[in-house]
Amino acid sequence: MSIGQSVVRKEGRAKVTGQSRYVDDLFLPGMLHGVTVRSPSPRGRIRAVHYGEGIPWDEFTVVTAADIPGANIVALITDDQPYLADGYVNHTEEPVVLLAHPDHALLREARRRVTIEIEPHPAVFTLEDSLRGTDIIWGGDNIFRSYQVARGDVDAVFATADVIVEGDYETGAQEQLYIEPNGMLAVARAEDGVTVWGSMQCPYYVHKALARLFNLPDAKIRVVQMETGGGFGGKEEYPSIIAGHAALLAWKAGRPVKMVYDRAEDMAATTKRHPSRTRHRTAVSRDGRLLAMDIDFAIDGGAYSTLSPVVLSRGTIHSAGPYFCPNVRIRGRAVATNAPPHGAFRGFGAPQSIFALERHMDRIAQAVDLSPDDFRRVNFIQTGQTSAVGQVIRDPVDMSALLARALEMSDYRSKRPTFDRSNAGVAVKHGIGFAAFMHGAGFTGSGEDHLASVVTVEASAEGRVRVLTSCTEIGQGTNTVFSQIAAEALQLDASDIEIAQPDTSVVPNSGPTVASRTCMVVGKLVELAAVNLRAKLHDTLEQGVPFAAACRQYIEQQGALRASAQYQPPPGVRWDDERFEGDAYGTYAWAVYVAEVSVDITTFQIRVDDFVAVQEVGRVINPVLASGQIEGGVAQGIGWALFEQVAWREGRMANAQMTNYIIPTSMDLPPIRVHFEERPYAHGPGGAKGIGELPMDGAAPAIANAVSHATGVDVRRIPITPESVLDLMETVRA
Amino acid sequence: MPDPTVSIRCRVNGRDVDVTGHPMMRLLDALRVDLHLTGTKEGCGEGECGACSVLLDGELVNSCLVPLVHARGVEIVTIEGVAAEERLHVVQEAFIADGGAQCGICTPGMVLAAVSLLNRNPSPTEDEIREGLAGNLCRCTGYQRIFAAVANACRGPRGGTP
Amino acid sequence: MRIWLQPFGLDVPENLESALRLLSNEPGSRPFAGGTDLMVLLESGKLPPGNYVSIWGLKELRGITVTDDAVVLGALTTYTDVLSHAVLQSEFPLLCAAARQTGGIATQNRGTLGGNIANASPAADSPPALLAYDAELELVSAGGVRRVSYERFHSAYKVMDLAPGEIIHRIILPRRRGGWRQTYTKVGTRNAQAISKVCLAAVLDLDGTRVRDARVALGSVAPIVVRCVQAEAALRGQTLDGALSTAAAAALAEDISPIDDVRSTARYRMRVAQNLLIQFLTDSRSRRSH
Repeated sequence: MSIGQSVVRKEGRAKVTGQSRYVDDLFLPGMLHGVTVRSPSPRGRIRAVHYGEGIPWDEFTVVTAADIPGANIVALITDDQPYLADGYVNHTEEPVVLLAHPDHALLREARRRVTIEIEPHPAVFTLEDSLRGTDIIWGGDNIFRSYQVARGDVDAVFATADVIVEGDYETGAQEQLYIEPNGMLAVARAEDGVTVWGSMQCPYYVHKALARLFNLPDAKIRVVQMETGGGFGGKEEYPSIIAGHAALLAWKAGRPVKMVYDRAEDMAATTKRHPSRTRHRTAVSRDGRLLAMDIDFAIDGGAYSTLSPVVLSRGTIHSAGPYFCPNVRIRGRAVATNAPPHGAFRGFGAPQSIFALERHMDRIAQAVDLSPDDFRRVNFIQTGQTSAVGQVIRDPVDMSALLARALEMSDYRSKRPTFDRSNAGVAVKHGIGFAAFMHGAGFTGSGEDHLASVVTVEASAEGRVRVLTSCTEIGQGTNTVFSQIAAEALQLDASDIEIAQPDTSVVPNSGPTVASRTCMVVGKLVELAAVNLRAKLHDTLEQGVPFAAACRQYIEQQGALRASAQYQPPPGVRWDDERFEGDAYGTYAWAVYVAEVSVDITTFQIRVDDFVAVQEVGRVINPVLASGQIEGGVAQGIGWALFEQVAWREGRMANAQMTNYIIPTSMDLPPIRVHFEERPYAHGPGGAKGIGELPMDGAAPAIANAVSHATGVDVRRIPITPESVLDLMETVRA
Repeated sequence: MPDPTVSIRCRVNGRDVDVTGHPMMRLLDALRVDLHLTGTKEGCGEGECGACSVLLDGELVNSCLVPLVHARGVEIVTIEGVAAEERLHVVQEAFIADGGAQCGICTPGMVLAAVSLLNRNPSPTEDEIREGLAGNLCRCTGYQRIFAAVANACRGPRGGTP
Repeated sequence: MRIWLQPFGLDVPENLESALRLLSNEPGSRPFAGGTDLMVLLESGKLPPGNYVSIWGLKELRGITVTDDAVVLGALTTYTDVLSHAVLQSEFPLLCAAARQTGGIATQNRGTLGGNIANASPAADSPPALLAYDAELELVSAGGVRRVSYERFHSAYKVMDLAPGEIIHRIILPRRRGGWRQTYTKVGTRNAQAISKVCLAAVLDLDGTRVRDARVALGSVAPIVVRCVQAEAALRGQTLDGALSTAAAAALAEDISPIDDVRSTARYRMRVAQNLLIQFLTDSRSRRSH
């Protein structure tokens, strides 16, 4: 049995010996390098482009919007983002001109000598300014998308409620900072079509975008994923842009073009997590029951719509958390500013709204004089109850049990009062806090139906099995987990299964590697396809013929041996796009995270001393890989909570260096203690639910609650920098 | 300015090699482009991430910060030289067994940093492991399984070159 | 990514004498040591073009010598060299603390004290310790040798008492801190591989409760690393008690001029600098030496 075993990572040996091939490890004969010349201004009209002195420009391939064969649109959701600015720019770093040359160093020097002259227009830099609407920079009102959720009668409750607690909460932008920057290698000729190899999460997203950019039929576009050094969402939609740029240069030059961003460029120009502002107004009874929740959730999408409607959707749905409340109103809005467009980053809106919620929950507990955990217990949603967006929770859920386990593992019950006593008059104050949350797995609502994902499994005459899927390995363990799932279904060993390199000329469209869907949704298709393949050999196998021989026999008699499976929605799952209500997700993973911190009052620095992550995930396919996901996600959450801050200056990231954008080193992280509960989900492979994004939701609010406990300050925004702790503590004293 | 191109000889993974280039050319580029040893990675170009780490005369260095002329006559070990042909170094075995690599981009540098640490300190404490790897950034793992791998590597038999 | 290197030259002289000759004959030529600062500047497009003279291989600039009066460090002493030297560990713990917190292992193996001093970043980690130890620099050029006290070496942001053609030859640390309380605290953006926001190196000579002498040095709170002479004056000759700590912290505010930047704020830097000094003085009242 493969499922449940910590089978070693399939490509582990290649990774530890340096043999894995990432895009920058590829070199083609006659290859040129490509770079992007970007807008220095956040908004305005392009007056002129000057090509400076001292560069042999005739040796360069130069591409502008005028060179685009198809549509100058980055095909995603809304047709508002150009591949290359044409007349106007709407954010600093917006691509305007592309250059290619065989000498990479000369190319970079040439880029420095191109000047883009912009006549500036008024620009908008903050979420609040955008909402205010003094300057309209997108559409009629700066709003990319809005959603409304309404259950019960919130206003009637507020009119008579005993206790009302209000609060505003903010989160900042976060840079994914995959250690491998974005990169693509392209070959493109009108007669042959376009082929790109590169770092990416979603080959078919790139495929769709290139088809539109070049106005070519699908069969003429080929996208191949190379080993990818981290994605976290940062390589979900963005790669379509760099792929298109490399391909445009290759198209014009008639030679292969490799484009790999340098770190400063990648940080400044590509997507980041949407900044957010959440306004909570909550009515609660004196004994701590939630009576009404009014939530106003807003995210800053940057200059173009990109994925903001979907980030908003997930953030809005998660904003009321794992609680039951009969009266709920949620307004979600995604707005435009003149920053480089924000985009997918692990969690995708949920970390933002859950931060606000869980910080708010601790404040409500305080207002009604209940402990944070007693207050949660009164309000956790139970199986059979209806969520804020109208989903009846059918799967078993026991948040109280998860909470109990997390508090026990972290020794919360005894540490909390101990710290209260010991904190008086000491220079280093301790605190412990938790967050309770859930994360929906798979695409929201009808998303999976629209994707209609397909997986194919085939076997050779030697009995070697190959899984064909567009879902990618980006470090999370896709290759290994799919091998285990297929092996289980075929009663083989995981080492007998090969996962084909995701190549759109070879693999079917299984949808993107996002939304915590890879293991749960696509892994299920792997299972079904494998089962379907085995069914073709059923009679032969029943006779006791070994697998390999059965394959050979089949192929000799009937030809190619392969089977596919396509996504079918689980029965009874219904989501209404228009009304934004119903079964938002097939299932949820549920969790409680606990953070123990110390705050040094001399330097105001915060240290996370211990971290406990308890979650119910359906089924753990591979314990080492699953724990790795939680540990890594918690580390990113700690970074977001304490260290990672984008310094914005007029819509440009001023700290676009690894020296100045701070992610945790090995010395900054505590031991992260992970515990899994398993309540199998009927429609996941082996019962598994998705977990990739879950850990991102819990760390920041747990830490914020712990810091508030340690210092008495009311944390409302992240990152909680030492500078902000100083300011908050002064406010408390004053 | 007169043509500054230099030609230097050094030893890489046990073999003598010659590299010609500008004296200030990065050792990282000499390795990846001139010598086709693409196992050493570029993550930042500013000496922060450690993905470009190699051993130079037995010491861990960031190859993005070493100019070509400073590589003359030295002994370099890259990730390609850590295993002894088919037999992996105990650190590499441990990384595989303990899940120390996820996306793998930081792994070559991380392995070199761990090898360097164990060469200097065969039985490091957990704090010493943390400190020894502090110059190598990982975004995927949260470091936990990397520490476990290094701790386990100390217990096992030694294989490999450096 | 690859940088266009045409505007740069890098010569590799055989010995110190030829290096100094190159540096004096070619105006605008600059020394190039371990590369941990200059290569970062090169990569970000900020390295001044021109000719560089590699001093990395010069034996005359390496080595640590111990005499009765001083420890003398060659300018090319790396942080790793500092950390493995027994006398430095026991008598100059602040310099060792600084070395240990400079970058990661790879930086410590290649970065040099001389390079760190000459790069003259106000956020550098070792200079506050050097100030606390009354370090002296021996400078050498084709024209000869001279000594300057490190305290007078930096005068303004990136302006130092280093003539064209001159390089740092040695750093001299007088062995005069036996029995002194010592502290080094770097408050960085994170626990490792961090640029400091505030960096305190302080030493105190106590005779019972009376302060005989003190050195207080801070990094990242002024355009240069700074000797806090007002704070020292407030301490010298006084009885160390709570009131004196407060007075010294207030005097400190006159010595420094912290700013807001991408890493921190003026308010934070001022407050933390004062807090660190008060903490050191409080600890010194109750404990034995460092």
